[in-house]
Amino acid sequence: MSNNSETIKSEPVKIKREQIREAVVEIVSDSGEGAQKCGQSLGTISAKMGNGVWTVEIIPAEIRPPARSKAGASGIRVRMGSKKVTNMGDHADMVVALNEQVLYGRIDQNAYKPGTYLLIENKWATDTEESNAAYTESIQKFKALGYIIHEIPMEKECLKHVSDPRKGKNMWVLGLLCNIYDRDLNIAAAQVKAIFSKKSDDIIQSNIDLLHAGYAYANDNLPMHFTIASKVSKEDFVVMNGNEAVSLGVMAAGIEVCSMYPITPATSASHAMAEKMESAGGLIHQAEDEIAAIGFAIGASYAGQTAVTITSGPGIALKTEFIGLAVMAEVPLVIVDVQRGGPSTGLPTKVEQGDLLAVLYGAAGDAPKIVLAPSTIEECFHYIILARKLAESFRTPVFVLTDANLATGVQPFPRPKIKSAWFPDPIDQSKWEEGVKAYDWDPKTGLSKRPIPGQKGGMYTLTGLAHDEESHVAYDPSINQRAAESRSRKLAALHKTLKEPKILGDKSGDLLLVGWGSTRGAIEEAVERARERGAKVSSLHLHFLSPMEPGLKSIFKNFKKVMTVEINYSDTIGNSLITEENRRYAQLAWYLRAQTLTDIDCFSNVYGQPLSPIQILEMLEKKLDLTLTE
Amino acid sequence: MISLQPDFCDIEIPEKEHYSIEDYSSSKARWCSGCGAHTILHSVQKLCTDEQLPPEKTVFVSGIGCSSRFPHYMKTYGFHGLHGRAFPVASGIKFRRPDLHVFVITGDGDCCSIGAGHWVHAIRYNMKMVVLLFDNSIYGLTKKQTSPTSPLGTHTNTHPTGSVLPPINPIQSTLGLANVSFVAQTVDWKPAHLNATLKKAYDHPGLAFVRIVQRCPIWMRENYEPTVKDPDAITVLNHENGIVLEENALKKFRHIQEHDPSNLVKAREVAELVKTTTPIGLFYQNKEAIRYDEYGAHNLGVPVEDRINAINSLMDKYAI
Repeated sequence: MSNNSETIKSEPVKIKREQIREAVVEIVSDSGEGAQKCGQSLGTISAKMGNGVWTVEIIPAEIRPPARSKAGASGIRVRMGSKKVTNMGDHADMVVALNEQVLYGRIDQNAYKPGTYLLIENKWATDTEESNAAYTESIQKFKALGYIIHEIPMEKECLKHVSDPRKGKNMWVLGLLCNIYDRDLNIAAAQVKAIFSKKSDDIIQSNIDLLHAGYAYANDNLPMHFTIASKVSKEDFVVMNGNEAVSLGVMAAGIEVCSMYPITPATSASHAMAEKMESAGGLIHQAEDEIAAIGFAIGASYAGQTAVTITSGPGIALKTEFIGLAVMAEVPLVIVDVQRGGPSTGLPTKVEQGDLLAVLYGAAGDAPKIVLAPSTIEECFHYIILARKLAESFRTPVFVLTDANLATGVQPFPRPKIKSAWFPDPIDQSKWEEGVKAYDWDPKTGLSKRPIPGQKGGMYTLTGLAHDEESHVAYDPSINQRAAESRSRKLAALHKTLKEPKILGDKSGDLLLVGWGSTRGAIEEAVERARERGAKVSSLHLHFLSPMEPGLKSIFKNFKKVMTVEINYSDTIGNSLITEENRRYAQLAWYLRAQTLTDIDCFSNVYGQPLSPIQILEMLEKKLDLTLTE
Repeated sequence: MISLQPDFCDIEIPEKEHYSIEDYSSSKARWCSGCGAHTILHSVQKLCTDEQLPPEKTVFVSGIGCSSRFPHYMKTYGFHGLHGRAFPVASGIKFRRPDLHVFVITGDGDCCSIGAGHWVHAIRYNMKMVVLLFDNSIYGLTKKQTSPTSPLGTHTNTHPTGSVLPPINPIQSTLGLANVSFVAQTVDWKPAHLNATLKKAYDHPGLAFVRIVQRCPIWMRENYEPTVKDPDAITVLNHENGIVLEENALKKFRHIQEHDPSNLVKAREVAELVKTTTPIGLFYQNKEAIRYDEYGAHNLGVPVEDRINAINSLMDKYAI
């Protein structure tokens, strides 16, 4: 498409808009071109307008992959809808590409469909001989794949307002998208101001000019214009990603020590709190390594302030010995595992739910601990508060398992009203009650009160050795059995307080999908869509993985088949050599099979991508022999 | 001194407890007979008594190994954790608890081998605590394996024909670390020097690193007996700012070398004496080094209201 309009018209041409329920938009570019800021802004603007929003980052593994490389797509996906949005959706409807090469990676990931609009920067058609050839070839290929192409002179248009178009092109694109999707230009301008609030007035003004210019360009030159119904809520909302929610959760839980070592994709959880942690009465300790990070946290917890350590899978592997000690010596502790692709260094920036079994069983001997899995951004916040309380009440480490999808996914949720009840009491320094032992295990629940250094009369030596009620090294073999029973019983005591999980859909049927963690939005949307088409499928989502939520076995009995949906590895029967007998299952499936003696199937993969509803629907079509997709 | 009677005035005078050495003694130590750790235990209990450390405010943190059983024999708080990991635990304890007296008990395998990374950083954190490296140059609990400080050629179960690498010099290594603030060496069989060293270490405003050359009568008898018996084997580092012995105690040593502990370059030279003699005394002290525990304690006790305000101001960034 050519552009003959050189001037911005002061009176926008009246355009017709098609009403749509939702849209999935991507902005992709080389690293460092501001695509993520553009998409985050679009998400925030939409959330402010009262739309449901989910945004997810598209991250290359390298910090700066070579420019215009096929695997180098950096960017963001924004899904906005008239209702609440819980996942990244299926295929993109609209893609803005700052160069055409980065689209290849996304096409390989099946992110687009015939009919997807590709709005492509056309400067590469005339940049160099090399880029020109690659550009022309790519446009032909994309057309052949059925995409609707608009070649757009983004750089040329930006040069009308700024001398360096690399700075500000993203805001021009934001304006373009605001016009296409009928975003409120005043809200958009306020957002641009907020982004550049620390910059000079000139910079703010030039970015607002670019926003308006992009808006006007789309108005005058593009044929597709939509509108998405929205409803502004009276309630206050916040919009953030899962790591930021964890971060605020740590502060709101009254945790004063966050002991960490940098690791992708967990580190930003510590960045987010850094600015205010000190004025909120806490500190971040960046330890010399992962082991020291948890050792330091355990030290702080032992001394009376339950600490948090935040890491990812490789960090959990290193911390495992200390986790065993915390279980053995009953030290309260919060451990956040932002899971990524494994094993080993694996896929550092990509999602996987691959640490469940490692967290449950990865220790020498029997090391029962509490394991929670938030399934939304909002839960990432609240579960930290819950985790600290559980850690102290049950005198044990508590895991909070999130993943790279939750870590970078952005969703609005009602603004939490911070309560003083979420904060811990001051460290108990009262005199320790005479006659009470350091581990006075309640014979029914296994629970005991712990002495804290400074408490007169409570002196004991914590040890990782098998020990009796007084923390004396166990030389009598019966002590170890009794102590192990007490630690295990604590989980049974917590189990007693849990409720049966809620079922989405009917309480019986052909198939029950079971998920945990970040996959909830995709699973539930797929189940709702399948049910609209008559499928007898339901789902439930687990939040407590240890102890397990009650009632599962009897729930499972009411379904012909039960299947977990997870993002981790499992064998597929029918693949070379794989049989019923040697099949290795997805992690929750293994665990549920053992717990419930139910023949549970699984659907899982390790492409490193969040699951989309369409993937689950396609799987359901095969399993149930129904047509569920168009 | 005038003793105050309870009815002396209206203010309630708290009953001042006096701690005797029994108040720090727990179960009978299970070290071998003749092990140097027994005398160190006694010397530490003496320090606690002399300084009247409230047992509930005192924490002994150890790793794993013979020496790391130490906290079990003290009637204070204790943390007998993981092999090599006493430093991070002790740092975490001290971080937000300036009121606690923290001691780290570690051994040559614990500190200089499996926990060497933490050693480097603990020195740099320089948090106020006393670190006692019980160095017997052998793995004792696991029955005679080569330690990182075993002299070259030591016959062990892992190197029956003699160890093949030169040992780490923990004094020299510590003197080379960033932000080092106190490095001393003593021996377990010279109680006057041991006591004076512990006192100096306890008074140091930062991390006091004390290597205690320790006898292992079971696995290393032939290594230590000459040093213990030979009056020429020890050189005392002497200085008014160092570890000051009473005249009578000092007289018992044949070799005395003047060394100013404020001189780091000289300290490194003196540390090399290890090759020919056992230098004991204070190698280096800097009372001005930056302390991480002061950072850790700088914002204690922020009222809940202020904390909520801070969180809300951060939350405003995400408000829509």
